[in-house]
Amino acid sequence: MTYIAKPKFHHPGLKKNELGYTHRDYEGKISTLCAGCGHDSITASIIEACYELSIEPHRVAKISGIGCSSKTPDYFLGNSHGFNSVHGRMPSVLTGANLANRDLIYLGVSGDGDSASIGFGQFAHSIRRAVNMTYIVENNGVYGLTKGQFSATADRGSKSKKGVTNTDNAIDLVAIALQLGATFVARSFSGDKTQLVPLIAAAIRHKGASFIDVISPCIAFNNHAGSTKSFDYVREHNDAVNRLDVLVGREPISVDYAPGTVQLVEQHDGTRLALRKLDADYDPHDRLGAMTFLQKHAAKGQIVTGLLYVDPDAEDLHTHLDTVETPLNTLDEQALCPGSAVLDKINASLR
Amino acid sequence: MSVQSPISSVNDFVVRFANVNGSGSASANELFARSILRHGVPVSPRNIFPSNIQGLPTWYEVRVTEDGHLGARGGVDMMVAMNPQTWDKDVASIEPGGYLFYDSTKPMPTSKFREDITVIGVPLTAITNSTYTDPRQRQLFKNIIYLGALCALLDLDPKLVEQLIGEQYKGKEKLLSSNVHALHLGRDWALQNLKCPIGLRVKKSDKVGDRIFVEGNSAAALGAVYGGATVCAWYPITPSSSVAEAFTSHCKKYRHDPETGKAKYAIVQGEDELASIGIVIGASWNGARAFTATSGPGISLMTEFIGLSYFAEIPAVIMNIQRAGPSTGMPTRTQQCDVIACAYASHGDTKHVLLFPEDPAEAFEFAAASFDLAERLQTTIFLMLDLDIGMNHRLCRPLKWDDAKQYDRGKVMTAEMLEEGRDFGRYLDVDGDGIPYRTYPGTHPTKGSYFTRGTSRDRYARYSEEGAVYADNMQRLVRKFETAQDMVPRPLQANAAKPTKYGVLYFGSTSPAMDEAIGILEARGHQLDRMRIRAFPFHSSVASFIADHDFVYVVEQNRDAQLRQLIVNENGIDPVRLVPILHYDGTPITARFIASAIGDHQDHLKVTPLRKAVT
Repeated sequence: MTYIAKPKFHHPGLKKNELGYTHRDYEGKISTLCAGCGHDSITASIIEACYELSIEPHRVAKISGIGCSSKTPDYFLGNSHGFNSVHGRMPSVLTGANLANRDLIYLGVSGDGDSASIGFGQFAHSIRRAVNMTYIVENNGVYGLTKGQFSATADRGSKSKKGVTNTDNAIDLVAIALQLGATFVARSFSGDKTQLVPLIAAAIRHKGASFIDVISPCIAFNNHAGSTKSFDYVREHNDAVNRLDVLVGREPISVDYAPGTVQLVEQHDGTRLALRKLDADYDPHDRLGAMTFLQKHAAKGQIVTGLLYVDPDAEDLHTHLDTVETPLNTLDEQALCPGSAVLDKINASLR
Repeated sequence: MSVQSPISSVNDFVVRFANVNGSGSASANELFARSILRHGVPVSPRNIFPSNIQGLPTWYEVRVTEDGHLGARGGVDMMVAMNPQTWDKDVASIEPGGYLFYDSTKPMPTSKFREDITVIGVPLTAITNSTYTDPRQRQLFKNIIYLGALCALLDLDPKLVEQLIGEQYKGKEKLLSSNVHALHLGRDWALQNLKCPIGLRVKKSDKVGDRIFVEGNSAAALGAVYGGATVCAWYPITPSSSVAEAFTSHCKKYRHDPETGKAKYAIVQGEDELASIGIVIGASWNGARAFTATSGPGISLMTEFIGLSYFAEIPAVIMNIQRAGPSTGMPTRTQQCDVIACAYASHGDTKHVLLFPEDPAEAFEFAAASFDLAERLQTTIFLMLDLDIGMNHRLCRPLKWDDAKQYDRGKVMTAEMLEEGRDFGRYLDVDGDGIPYRTYPGTHPTKGSYFTRGTSRDRYARYSEEGAVYADNMQRLVRKFETAQDMVPRPLQANAAKPTKYGVLYFGSTSPAMDEAIGILEARGHQLDRMRIRAFPFHSSVASFIADHDFVYVVEQNRDAQLRQLIVNENGIDPVRLVPILHYDGTPITARFIASAIGDHQDHLKVTPLRKAVT
């Protein structure tokens, strides 16, 4: 469908955000994914989240690997640089980009094949290193572009479109991210935009490794009876532990919450996260508790969604490396080259 | 058997130390090499070590060479045999008339010696044990004690050695004095009990000049500091690890903000080579100067990314410290065996720029230059070192830097240029040199963004699977590679004293052995013009050099004549005109080897006329 140019005009009354941008300014090219694909809903949610946060559209770097999900950065934030890199290697490319310029927002988009199979190692190590990023996995349990093979997140016992039953155990990326020290961990469902948009917004505002696993049914190859990643299955088994509102700025909370039902979390940058509890016992500051909770519910066949863990005082890789505040890519000879006088001394020490 | 008289030589001999690795001998041996340098006499030391940390044999060879021949010579004039494991082989390797130095504390049967060498026994263990009680001290000082004995035997000035020890242990008085004491223990014992000096002697000279003594890996890392690298991602692999380690220590000294103390660099030890090159590509895409250092197996892993760098046109610098392959090969032995693997790394039609430094000084220069080249050409630049240059101290000219030099950041379209209304096509060849403009992410709110991908696209970075669009791009990449030809370091040519029909091509660490071999060949009556190739793509002068000669020898350190293949392939040369001279047993190539291989070939060419043969 890329041959259809997207019209640039829009309704004059279209709402604008604080920076004066409309939704349209956060859009990209027309999607070439299948009609009804869960990934397109995630794309729409990213656009929505960036619009609501009033992010300058060009200050985001969109980085992806290979696969259907990794094609999507072309479909949002058309004024941002995007990099559709190598299969399973988005995390390393993003890490490098982040090291070069700490001032941009890094959005990593990947899929379950990209992150749980070929790129499992890179996924794990970027989380370990606390790269300041929002890492979204558009998880459909299947290889779409190569027509329906199982991926490593396909549940054991799940049936493929061709009728084959998966006998391998599934990788739960959320559980792994928790174990590896991600400081913002969430799971959501592409069919639940009201849950997803604030999660993406909060993740973007989080300083540290944010990970969101978004179950995103593949309309073409994994939306049939017997699949555990179909729209129907996920709707039936979705167990949301909380709902999130993201509050930017210092204005008082205007949303009316019943007392005792809301937990407020303030992140480093002042963003406040208002968590409406759906499960009274769930504590998103308890990493171990979250891991146990997930395992227990997974055993019952439930898909736990919501903001599962957040550490508002997170650090990132730049903190650990103690790098200068100025982005490394702007440093010049003056800042980087020790010069000939120093070299003369080095020469003298080598005689 | 004729009586072999002992070798007599001043400032021209080879001493080899046979040690057990992990015994602390390395620093004593290096001290020995440095002491000779302080006498104004050039040395060329080499580590011959196993892929192991403790317990296996290791050798350190010091070529003492008044004439400044820095290649390996071959043969051993004096063996310092400190390893019983390798005794027989070590003794057998001594040149007739040579010397054997050993620890005589325990008597050895005469069958363990040779009649044609001079045997020098020093009771090292006995001296050590009577002086020291701590086992670790015993081991370490034993090394200094043999150094002291060698001082007496080879007529080294003990003051110069003391001076070096003083520099090494500056501020650590206790260590300093105990080392000096151990040195004299050994020296005094030798002076009192042995005939000193022996036939091999060091005499003060002035042949070192202002040259420095440095390892190639450290120099290359310093080149990266001077060249403005801010991001380094790496994965440990012998023999390249010391590049990243040296970069780390150089950065700690020279790259911290004086006011805040914060780092003007980021170094990440990746989980593997895939991550390392991924980080380099990500950082370079985002406008930082980034590099990785690796060796053959790492290159194999990186090839998918290298193809992306070529096709999506993202700068990257890869330092490849070559070792013997294939597979794990010989991780601690030297070769020049990744020429083809790097020149054509990755799937599809790819070609990459290779730089071949000859020594640490060039490693420094080329490393710094590689960042300019990578950003100018927007592609991967390989800096091709090998273990011989990388992990050995080499005497070379002092490192130089011109403070007026500015980094060439290549064609980068800025916000101002975009604002002026400049047409930005990421893959648009505006200047006819095949090099397009790029923008850094985050440059401008509405202009200059594009989607980077490894899939084909048009001149404006729009996805396209049109055959003509793809071919257009591939043709431009060829043009870009042609542009590179005149940007990379040119080959250096040196002609023989008399006109000759024969030439020789060589590159990298072969350089000192080649220079020495030319002298030997001339003495045998063979005149050769020579050209040292310093980069790929090959400059046009390489083809003309070949055209100007009947035969050209191509000397390299691999089995398959990889440079020769590349020349034949890229320049359409008749392979018959290029005679391969190949050395690939993992040891550094020697002048003796080159001179003998070329000399024999030349002798065969000298056909005696039939009439003369009959009469």
